[in-house]
Amino acid sequence: MPKVVYVSADGEKTEIDAVAGESVMETAKKNGVSGIVGECGGALSCSSCHVYVSPDWQSLLPEVGDEEDEMLDGTAADRTEDSRLSCQIRMTEDLIGLVVTMPDVQQF
Amino acid sequence: MAGVLIVGASHAGVETAVALRERGYAGEITLVGGEIHPPYQRPPLSKAYLAGSTTESSLQLRAPQLYRSLEIGLVLGERVVDLDPAVGIATTSGGRRLRFGRLALTVGARVRRLDVPGAGLAGIRYLRDRDDADAFGAALAAADPVVVVGGGFIGLEAAAVARSRGKQVTVVEAAPRLLGRAVAPVVSEFFRQAHQRRGVEVRCGRGVAGFEGRDGRVSGVLLDDGERLPAGLVLVGIGVQPRTELAAALGLDVDGGIIVDSSARTAHPEVVAAGDCTVFPDPMAGAGMVRLESVQNAVDQARVAAATLCGDTVDYRAVPRFWSDQYDLKLQIAGLSTGYDGIVVRGDPESEKFSALYYRQGRLVAIDAVNRPGEWAVVRKALATGGDVPAARAGDTSCPLKELVVVRG
Repeated sequence: MPKVVYVSADGEKTEIDAVAGESVMETAKKNGVSGIVGECGGALSCSSCHVYVSPDWQSLLPEVGDEEDEMLDGTAADRTEDSRLSCQIRMTEDLIGLVVTMPDVQQF
Repeated sequence: MAGVLIVGASHAGVETAVALRERGYAGEITLVGGEIHPPYQRPPLSKAYLAGSTTESSLQLRAPQLYRSLEIGLVLGERVVDLDPAVGIATTSGGRRLRFGRLALTVGARVRRLDVPGAGLAGIRYLRDRDDADAFGAALAAADPVVVVGGGFIGLEAAAVARSRGKQVTVVEAAPRLLGRAVAPVVSEFFRQAHQRRGVEVRCGRGVAGFEGRDGRVSGVLLDDGERLPAGLVLVGIGVQPRTELAAALGLDVDGGIIVDSSARTAHPEVVAAGDCTVFPDPMAGAGMVRLESVQNAVDQARVAAATLCGDTVDYRAVPRFWSDQYDLKLQIAGLSTGYDGIVVRGDPESEKFSALYYRQGRLVAIDAVNRPGEWAVVRKALATGGDVPAARAGDTSCPLKELVVVRG
């Protein structure tokens, strides 16, 4: 089971074993990682599963899609080059140890 | 410390429980739900789950081990049938007696049933819970044609799934237009055309007079203008009614739902309520009572309820948000368009990418965005942060919506 490392805005790390095929958002939500809300359950309709992913890790992920790109403009915390919507990152066995940093806010 | 009993293992119920622990509440938490399934999300039941593209595991609101690690006691498959706050005992349908100090009612709503001749025939289905979705999905495999009674969100989402599976589908709506409670005529008309373009027949302004059957199974739908629609399967989606029986038995204020204030408090000092079952002050305007059937409300209001239970009363303020997925059409709503007196359409509905901006007394109050997530996000943020989009310029699609936002405070 590939591991995800969630880093909170104040640096606290939480490691969760993900189910391959489930998204980084689902994994956080189901395991009580506060810091990711994911209100719409992964329908690309809310922008509340915002995370920052370093360029090294991003190179292993599928590129930002058009819908994700538009929804990223609606995040409560500032959008940066590292911004992704975690409902669009599906965990696979290749992403062991994926590190995502959570913003300090997900809602306005 | 006396514990908290949460009645209804719903979006709102689960969020109340989790939010209590996030706030450091250390007392006992018991979450009781009438369904035997572990708590799950409702929106996918008429969308991806019905279409077969979501797993059962993904449907769950939280992993099973989380309830254990947060020490949230789950009692599933039992309903609370009696509540006595004076002695702090709840009795369930299974005969369990649960002690509690304070109470959260997150009991949601049940489907409104059609009461016409033949309504009890097999093959006439409703869609509210997981068992409904599993049964309807299974019936859909073999059945044709499909008639959907009700042109609201549930009806249209189910119609889209059925049509996408190649079924012959007719939607029957009693009101003059689809989605009449939620959107303006231009958006209603868009959805009618979009469904028709994909081969769905739509009958607006028609009621159902009765159902015909053969060997106990539905075979036809009789409309009030005399038309008969052949039907192998019928889905009825004509709205829901909040569950208010427990609240009424407790003597709480009930009027179309359980009345709460902006801190999710009922008339009883030890009882809060949240989600689809409540009627409460508009979270954007702060005044005027509303009932919101959405995940956003269930979750945000539940968090307010949890704060109140911990003794930190907060005011429920949020921009209402909602979405609906039908085929490749994503509708996103932000704000409340009720009572709008002006509307500006950005883009051409024929292109299936457009937004409708709603105004009331000169101020932007809501957006319906179809395949325009960026515009939804701009308006959602504006509504949350005191922004506005002057109506006079709002229709100018040569200018990105983001650049038309002015801050009014």
